[in-house]
Amino acid sequence: MIKFTDVTKEYPKTGAALKNATFHVRKGEFAFVTGHSGAGKSTALRLIYLAELPTAGDVRVSGFATGRMSPAEIPRLRRRLGIVFQDFQLLEDRTAEENVAFALEVTGARRAAIGPRVMRVLTQVGLAGKARQYPRELSGGEQQRVAIARALVNDPVVLLADEPTGNLDERATRGVFQLLRDINASGTAVLMATHDLDLVRSLPGGHLIELQAGEVVYDSAGDAPPEGGAL
Amino acid sequence: MRLVLRETLNAFRRAPLLSALSITTIAFSLFVFGLFGLVAVNIRRAIGSVAERVEVVAYLKRGTLLETITVASADIEAFPEVERVAHVTELEALARARRDLTEFQDIFQDLEVNPLPASLEVRLKPLFRNAAHVAEVARRLRSFGFVDDVRYGRDWVEKLDRLRNIAGAVGTVVGAAFALVAIIIIGTTIRMAVLQRSREIAIMRLVGATDRFIRMPFLLEGLVKGTLGGVLAVGLSLGAWALINSALIRAAFFSPAQAAMGIVAGGLLGLAGSALAVGRHLRSV
Repeated sequence: MIKFTDVTKEYPKTGAALKNATFHVRKGEFAFVTGHSGAGKSTALRLIYLAELPTAGDVRVSGFATGRMSPAEIPRLRRRLGIVFQDFQLLEDRTAEENVAFALEVTGARRAAIGPRVMRVLTQVGLAGKARQYPRELSGGEQQRVAIARALVNDPVVLLADEPTGNLDERATRGVFQLLRDINASGTAVLMATHDLDLVRSLPGGHLIELQAGEVVYDSAGDAPPEGGAL
Repeated sequence: MRLVLRETLNAFRRAPLLSALSITTIAFSLFVFGLFGLVAVNIRRAIGSVAERVEVVAYLKRGTLLETITVASADIEAFPEVERVAHVTELEALARARRDLTEFQDIFQDLEVNPLPASLEVRLKPLFRNAAHVAEVARRLRSFGFVDDVRYGRDWVEKLDRLRNIAGAVGTVVGAAFALVAIIIIGTTIRMAVLQRSREIAIMRLVGATDRFIRMPFLLEGLVKGTLGGVLAVGLSLGAWALINSALIRAAFFSPAQAAMGIVAGGLLGLAGSALAVGRHLRSV
């Protein structure tokens, strides 16, 4: 479903952030992209949701060959993805339910369908009781749950999470991670970039892709034997 | 469309101060342009009222038949430059001289023979009241056999032409400079509003909004701000005009059509400024 083939991403000033990366995330998987900061985790995710285009190589996401997409097709691809960030990326001047509804409104969803769908995902993330609260009135973990609800509301084929627990305390981290596992259990693939190896270890069946200085040094689903993976 | 309207209203509601500031900035930059416009309108009007006096007078030979004059008048009136032709008979010329030239009243009273010739007074259409056209009409009038002499005050018309050219050139340059400044200020103001919402734009994109969808509320916001700025600028100009009129000189104000054009121009500037600012922003992220 997400397939990287010899993908390189170079920036004019900082050089290569990803070098000949090849990996494949399949439907329904829970995959981790791990590595130290600067290893290329966020770059890999940015290439998936088309915030960037690769310098070389091929990125395929849910049937789209991203290198050959017209600008008009990009929003269509993004509507099939759910994206969650370390810093939540919520609109501060809107309530939790307005933030979630926003993702439906901008995609032209029917008005009558928006309310029930928003409540369904807020219930799923355990925030139905705080729907009318503003982000500043919520804890970090709760804000991340709102962001996850927003990412889920369009029924994505894959949830991309870039260090989703990076700003959270241990308890909130466990809660958010469990939520992501539940979401995965209900059939949505999850691709999570993280440097938190405890989380990775807590899910032994997960697909692990480890990056070092832009290169894939270990892929638990790959045919090649591990080459000095950090685990 | 409802969502676009709601988002536009939200933009005003969420940042009332910035919105008011943008409208005021737009209003003041248009107001400065409007003040210049008022000066231009009044200079134009003054030159126009002087130019109204531009007239070509063809003095007729004595004994020219009235029939000939009538036919020729119709011919002259058919010139594209000519607005109207008035025939002044010898008697009318004398009566007018007696009335107007009071200091020579005695001389005109005791005349045995009327020395004044009959004439055709030719008034030109406003567009043709300049030296070149006046000279051309005079040349054609001279070609009539019954015309003795043609006068039109060449020096005066040429001076008027020069004045008009200078006013036109200064008006264009200063007007363009003011318009440019207004456009830059309005563009910057709207760009600030766009930057203030760049986070929202980034999130909209991530959840799959099309650029067209993102652009629409900004365009509407720009149109509304520009139009409100235009209305405020016309109001400010009206206030300034009233002040000038009561304290300094009697001046003319814009016609309703010109005022409406100012408001429409404000709206269009707001729209164009938004289109540029959002387009630039969307390309850069």
